[in-house]
Amino acid sequence: MKKLRTRKHAVVLNRSVGGDTGITIVLAILGVFMFLPMWFLIVTAFKPLGERNITPPRFYVAKPTLQNFIDLFTNMNATWVPISRYIFNTIVISVLATLGCLILGSLTAYALSKIRFPGTKFIFAVIQYSLMISSTVSGITSFIIFVALGWLNTYTISIVPVWASTLGLYLMKQFIDGNVSDEMIEAARIDGSSELGIYWNIVMPLVKPAWLTLMVTTFQGVWNTGASGYVWDESLKTFNTAISTISGVSTGASTAAIILMMSVPITVFIINQSRIVETMASSGMKD
Amino acid sequence: MTNNAVKEAPRNPKVPQKQPKLRRDMTKGEYILAEMKRTWVGYVMVLPFLIMFIMFTVIPVILSILLSFTNFNMLQFPDFVFMDNYIRLFLDDDLFIKAFQNTMIFAVATGPASYILSFLVAWFINELSPKVRALVTFIFYAPSISGNAYLVWQLFFQGDIYGYVNGWMLKMGIITKPILFFQDTAYIMPLCIVVALWTSLGTSFLAFIAGLQGVDRSLYEAGAIDGVKNRWQELWYITLPSMRNILLFGAVLAITGSFGFGGVVTALCGYPSTDYVAWTLQHHLQEYMTTRFEFGYASAISLVLFFLMIGANVLVQKLLSKVGQ
Repeated sequence: MKKLRTRKHAVVLNRSVGGDTGITIVLAILGVFMFLPMWFLIVTAFKPLGERNITPPRFYVAKPTLQNFIDLFTNMNATWVPISRYIFNTIVISVLATLGCLILGSLTAYALSKIRFPGTKFIFAVIQYSLMISSTVSGITSFIIFVALGWLNTYTISIVPVWASTLGLYLMKQFIDGNVSDEMIEAARIDGSSELGIYWNIVMPLVKPAWLTLMVTTFQGVWNTGASGYVWDESLKTFNTAISTISGVSTGASTAAIILMMSVPITVFIINQSRIVETMASSGMKD
Repeated sequence: MTNNAVKEAPRNPKVPQKQPKLRRDMTKGEYILAEMKRTWVGYVMVLPFLIMFIMFTVIPVILSILLSFTNFNMLQFPDFVFMDNYIRLFLDDDLFIKAFQNTMIFAVATGPASYILSFLVAWFINELSPKVRALVTFIFYAPSISGNAYLVWQLFFQGDIYGYVNGWMLKMGIITKPILFFQDTAYIMPLCIVVALWTSLGTSFLAFIAGLQGVDRSLYEAGAIDGVKNRWQELWYITLPSMRNILLFGAVLAITGSFGFGGVVTALCGYPSTDYVAWTLQHHLQEYMTTRFEFGYASAISLVLFFLMIGANVLVQKLLSKVGQ
């Protein structure tokens, strides 16, 4: 007779106590590996100079201070270009890149998923294949193209290439495939809605988790890469680039800078976590 | 084109009402043309994206292939040298061989490891309550979106006595003088692999969590009745086969990530790393592109990377088709 175990009043099949314990232990070890560096990052950012140099290091901070952040901000004011300019650049680049990516990605995903013109399958296959190669492969020749277009040292180079990102489009298409029924689209077509109307009024509200995911991932990508290496004009660089240059003054300031930089994508992720996971449910790739 | 499309055609209001020609009266070419006319909006909708995509992905890849057979320095017109670049790469460039080996080591060490780690963690936390699961997901996912937070590993493995690991080991008497972790050739590769793993629980990890949540519960019950004895059998015979598509998606991302490895090495160990021990194809490419301006040669390197990625994908697809059998 098979033993049935219950967990929170639900019958759980095929679960042994030994297995549960083993998994918990492994998970705890991995959790420490993942979290310990993060913990030290946070603690170090609040440690005064004296505490930072204690060896071996303490796992806690005895007298937390904001001095590191103050140092960072003092240095910010001493930059050649005012710090507000870097922040402005970051906002312009992230907003335009994310917006373009969202509009192009969702429009294309809708057309590929629901209009099914001759060639849909081919286009989607090429897009799927492009996920398999990293941008390194096309790096050299995209540089040549940027030169030819005269985009070096402009905003454009940090914005427009992001619009062609395929991962977001891929996730969007899969999500529409799985969550928007053909019948609904057909019905709207018979009612006389235009394709653009269907896309905007019916599909977009239904795939909210997907476009939030697309927004979050694009934004995170842009935020973390900052301006491309092909931008050298100081007044066009991003907050990210600026902060990594000025944070070199001390370990304290650089950890404070890292904390400052990572708090933005992390907050955005926490807010949207459940929607992102929901989107990923339909990310499967058919072979 | 598909059966679906055939059925849809007469129902669509866009088709003129004066007795549309039936599919069976048309040749294949005529039919495709008619379909293209009917769905022209679709083409308009994908056009902007497609232009970008062709400009920034398709053309660069094709151009790379062509350039790899030439000498090109951006100033003079490329001259055709046929296989010279490839011959030089494999027979006359010791550093390339080193980079190739290192890239393979990194890819083999970080690719499958991060893939399996992502899946196992996702699987472990699958049965936790939603709140706890969200918290654990966050802890494991955070490093991959935290930009350059991996620089914190420098604090851990700093080469003087203030480095955390050196500090602890000195205190415990394991070592008598600090180890220069990021300069010592014996430690560079393993450390970079550890750091790469730390940042590698990204998109595919989230996809696995979602995929595991989406497996039909009734399959497990049916499996239990049919004689699945423990959680490992359940994993192999039920869970993995029912999320094969997501496994494939995760694999594609893992491969792309593991072969493009290089940035972390530069940030932690400098450029180049001591004795080039952690020199990867990514570095080699960068060197020939930005320092030496040998674009043809650099293209050949990128093509090698391209085929490595495609090859790995084909291999993984074969392996994944065996899951659950």
